[in-house]
Amino acid sequence: MGNDMEISDKLMGIDTAVKRFIKDGSQIALGGFTVVRNPMAVAYEIIRQRIKDLHVVCHSHGQALDVLIGAGCVKRLEIAYGGNGRYAPTCIRFKKAIQQGDIEFEDYSNYQMSLRFLAGALNIPFIPTKSGLGSDLLTHEGFSEDIRKQKKVARKKLSVMQNPFSEEEDNVVLLPALNPDIALIHVQYVGEDGTVRIKGLTFADIEQAKSADVVIVTCEEIVPRSFIRMDPDQNSLPPFFVDAIVKIPYGAHPTGCYGFYDYDPKHLNYYKNIAGDDGRFKEYLNEWVYGVRTHEEYLNKIGADMLMKIKANPVLGYAVGLDRK
Amino acid sequence: MATEYSDNEMMAISAGRFIKNGDIVFAGTGVSMLAATAAKRIYAPKAVIFFETGGIDPSLDEIPMAVSDLRVMSGTCLNSGLIEAFSIVGHRKLHTIAFLGAAQIDKYGNLNTTSIGYYHRPKTRFSGSGGACDVASFASGVITFMQHEKRRFVEKLDYLTSVGWYKGGDSRRRLGLVRGGALAVVTNLGVMRFDDITKEMYLDEYYPGVSIEKIIENTGFEIDVSRARQALPPTEDELMILRNEVDPQRLICKA
Repeated sequence: MGNDMEISDKLMGIDTAVKRFIKDGSQIALGGFTVVRNPMAVAYEIIRQRIKDLHVVCHSHGQALDVLIGAGCVKRLEIAYGGNGRYAPTCIRFKKAIQQGDIEFEDYSNYQMSLRFLAGALNIPFIPTKSGLGSDLLTHEGFSEDIRKQKKVARKKLSVMQNPFSEEEDNVVLLPALNPDIALIHVQYVGEDGTVRIKGLTFADIEQAKSADVVIVTCEEIVPRSFIRMDPDQNSLPPFFVDAIVKIPYGAHPTGCYGFYDYDPKHLNYYKNIAGDDGRFKEYLNEWVYGVRTHEEYLNKIGADMLMKIKANPVLGYAVGLDRK
Repeated sequence: MATEYSDNEMMAISAGRFIKNGDIVFAGTGVSMLAATAAKRIYAPKAVIFFETGGIDPSLDEIPMAVSDLRVMSGTCLNSGLIEAFSIVGHRKLHTIAFLGAAQIDKYGNLNTTSIGYYHRPKTRFSGSGGACDVASFASGVITFMQHEKRRFVEKLDYLTSVGWYKGGDSRRRLGLVRGGALAVVTNLGVMRFDDITKEMYLDEYYPGVSIEKIIENTGFEIDVSRARQALPPTEDELMILRNEVDPQRLICKA
């Protein structure tokens, strides 16, 4: 351990990673899924650096998306689902922003968004599916013609065509590929060689990372090269896809991280109660994002008591018996 | 004296009764999670529960609160991702039953989980499709959980997120969807099914203590009740398993 030489050019602090790669107007893909492995530390730093006009692309997203929208960082959104499980069946600031007409949005499904990332990763312009035939996902276009002319926006939401390999009537839906500027993923392990290992479910993180121009990985631990190469079947991404590596334990809090910590029910419930009110949401940002200078300070605020409560059983992957009400 | 039980418990038991050994069950959140787990513990031990996030056959010693919950990754046969999960939902060799929920449903079992009002500036915005549109497109059958209210059982959806029987008859097949469709709707008042030919919703079972009139009153379209019969209440055994094994923390049972 201690030999970080192979990745020394990629290892950096959260502030540097955000400053270097994320700009006003960037298109960012958010990794994780609803209440798990959200890139929270990066999201908070984006808010602190007051980056604006982001174009977010994701499948089912929760807390990171919601705070980014609430803080006014998001202009445009392509999404399948905005929810925090039981803690907010519909993400609160997301709901409010759409109802008030504050953001430009386009609806897809989870599978459709995952396929769009896959197409981007494969460097093909579009990908077919049967999903969505007959639904309003096909008939309702969220983006205006003006938006459709802009950089990194597909010229059409999707297109339905006859299967060219069949003589019978057989429709398929063609989905445009996504190649976001930056993918943000939070993982358990990065090796000293830069290899990425996601434990538990990968969601569409791997496709998202491969589809993006730049990948920022935040991780719980940097582990020895010998460890990560002992069982390569477990690994998720080779080193050369990764541009920035930030070691930031509890970097997904208040969402969970399999094998390390559960979601934080107290924090998510607190958020649920205040997020709908503009004033209280502003106070929340002041207290939990603008007001904390370092991640350590953030963890101190959560407190050792809660960090112990949500600590996962390393064998089962979650915090057994955690009060989740 | 009859045992007391909650709406969620009755709904979970009613839906669970549809599941057979060998079925691959796609579970969502809330009652649907309760139903999937109950089905496996009570009726169909050889059914497999899996999640759109990629968790296949977790041990479910604690009830997950989201489909990405760490508990859907624990004790699984395989942890994968979304693309793998959807290759299971629509797999030609598998009989997959999906549990969904919705804000609105029409008489053909089409679902809205997107918004109420004008799409671009809705009165109420919901979470969106998530995987619902996908499983409605691909699964062998969909069972939907609903609160039985007139504003939710509507003549016309504000937004059609997930296709059931589309416009009835064989219209779903003609869209290009090769299998599947709405199997049943399980509400806090009873269980609805769909006519084999017209694909219109009809009342199949009403719960003990619920009148047929109450169901008609709370349905926003005309519903055939000529085939209705009273549902069997949950047995002591079913409730015991549900409360002690499926949801010991009473996170969902109680509501």
